[in-house]
Amino acid sequence: MSQPAAKLPFWVDFGLIPLLNLVAAFAVAGLVVAVIGENPLDVARIIIYGAFGYGEGVGFTLFYATNFIFTGLAVAVAFHAGLFNIGGEGQAYIGGLGVALVALGLDPYLPWWLLAPLAVIGAALFGALWAYIPAVLQAKRGSHIVITTIMFNFIAASLMAYLLVDVLNPGAGSMSPGTRFFNAEAVPPRLSEILAPFGVDLGGSPANLSLIVALLAALGLWLLLWRTRLGYEIRALGHNASAAAYAGVPIARVIVIAMLISGALAGMMALNPVLGDQGRLLLEFPGGAGFVGIAVALMGRSHPLGVILAALLFGMLYQGGSELAFEKPSISRDMLILIQGLVILFSGALENLFRPAVARIFAPRAA
Amino acid sequence: MIRSTLFAAAVSALAAGGAFAAEFKPAIVYDLGGRNDKSFNESAYTGAAKFKEDTGVEFRDFEIQNDSQREQALSRFARQGFSPIISVGFSHEGAVSKVAPQFPDTQFVIVDSVVDLPNVSSIVFKEHEGSYLAGVAAVLASETKKVGFVGGMDIALIRKFACGYVQGAKATDPKAEIFQNMTGTTGAAWADPVRGGELAKSQMARGADVVYHAAGGTGEGVLQAVADAGKLGIGVDKNQNDLHPGHVLTSMVKRVDTAVYDTFKQAQAGEWRPGLKVFGLAEDGVALAMDENNQALITEEIAAAIAAAREGVISGEIQVHDYMSDSACPVQ
Repeated sequence: MSQPAAKLPFWVDFGLIPLLNLVAAFAVAGLVVAVIGENPLDVARIIIYGAFGYGEGVGFTLFYATNFIFTGLAVAVAFHAGLFNIGGEGQAYIGGLGVALVALGLDPYLPWWLLAPLAVIGAALFGALWAYIPAVLQAKRGSHIVITTIMFNFIAASLMAYLLVDVLNPGAGSMSPGTRFFNAEAVPPRLSEILAPFGVDLGGSPANLSLIVALLAALGLWLLLWRTRLGYEIRALGHNASAAAYAGVPIARVIVIAMLISGALAGMMALNPVLGDQGRLLLEFPGGAGFVGIAVALMGRSHPLGVILAALLFGMLYQGGSELAFEKPSISRDMLILIQGLVILFSGALENLFRPAVARIFAPRAA
Repeated sequence: MIRSTLFAAAVSALAAGGAFAAEFKPAIVYDLGGRNDKSFNESAYTGAAKFKEDTGVEFRDFEIQNDSQREQALSRFARQGFSPIISVGFSHEGAVSKVAPQFPDTQFVIVDSVVDLPNVSSIVFKEHEGSYLAGVAAVLASETKKVGFVGGMDIALIRKFACGYVQGAKATDPKAEIFQNMTGTTGAAWADPVRGGELAKSQMARGADVVYHAAGGTGEGVLQAVADAGKLGIGVDKNQNDLHPGHVLTSMVKRVDTAVYDTFKQAQAGEWRPGLKVFGLAEDGVALAMDENNQALITEEIAAAIAAAREGVISGEIQVHDYMSDSACPVQ
């Protein structure tokens, strides 16, 4: 990843520029809304109200954000090592298998507070395992990680479809490809239940304790990247692989470790929908969260705090967007995909659109 | 718990108030495929649109994007006083069984699955019966006595189609060969006409000259490939005879549209009843489509055989095995 020529103040780099990109994306989206014949301000109001205006909306926003924090962190840690992990979707999917196997095997015996930590380990382990082969192929054989991780998404999809249709399916009477429901005592309480005694009403939203796990993971990743030797090696590898090798960083080993961490984080995303919400493993439960994670990491500039904020933004778009589909039947769900696409375009692909101009304003003072 | 009970009571009071105002507000929640999937969900939309046209009553609908939205959408519609609320697709099963008890005065309907609650009606189709007839027609129309089946995603529902088809084919000619292929294992398998066409071509290369598809949008590729080769295809869900006139032997239609239309009609007239509603051959819930596009293809012999098989299935003389009952098919 190339660094800007002039070093900008932290708040400009991480606050102002993403904000400008966001405003540009929403301006273009607003134009499209106007063309359809709706009032853009009205639409913006519905999205923001839907995402933050009432308890259940906030809960759903947090629920989606939890998914994106995990997958965003997964992509971010790989970015720091100079690796582009596109396999978050597959790693999350297989992570779900880890969660489900733990829950299906132990839910008659354990209460949720004993089962949940094991499920976290199961999710991380399976996710990491799915990233391991592409990582080794990259480290030892030079097979490009982008290609192998994409292919592993397809293998994951096929494997899971086979398992959910033929092996883990409870059988006759159940049409939908999925496992049986986990025992109710094994499913952790939702945030709405935990917060209800304190007068906070999150309605029927599925936000659950996975959010806390996600925030802890973000903190852990920050500590790892900026406060440990391994983190330094990962970042050194990402900045300049040959310099890192010259400095004595064991390149192959660090590639594999970075990808294992990345896969584990992606796998942990499965906790949120599988254990926290549905209480069973369903076909295609990641629903594209692995790919959204790429946008979240780009937008959050691969910093754990930035990832959390970007995840919150995408959570808002998801929940606000569905509110929009309810309130305005003329705007289909594809509109939401368009807005997301614009956000990704402006904050990812056109990241440097405003940077030169902003740099001219701020660089002399910084220098 | 007390909170939620109070809340449910308040909501049902609201819903009851709505009923007194005699305002009829039907709603539909589609499955992940969305309103315009050219198949199942679209068929439900067609039924609702026809209802709107005939009665002038507006309906609301919602296309979900992920599994978490199922409950969200149902309880939102229920809270806003919509009733009946039709959930299209078996994947809504869990959400309906969770939300329906919270809104006891709202009428819920689920298509393609069974939820046994006092305010839910379940609509299921006997796809295996319709597919049986398709198998009979396919073998009789085939010169090589080799016929093909292209499924969409490899799930139990589609194996139910395949199993009925094989039974019909084998019952007509025990020596008939049936080639079966599933397009894929993910949702993308419903929308991959190129792969559908390739599968049909490979089956034709092995001698098949009639190919039945149960593959949503993928099936368009199947019918196209078959028509290009001058062979015969069999459509599914909607009447697809007009896609390639002269090259679509018939279509196994599944009348989701009629089911939706009737449900709205009954609810409007206050005649809606909960419980299981099975649509098989006897109820015309599944049928082979006959129209001017395929009348030249359906010879008297085929028409007579279809009619005889239909009578036999309805009378119970012919037992078509349902794959879903034991996750197995007696013939291959």
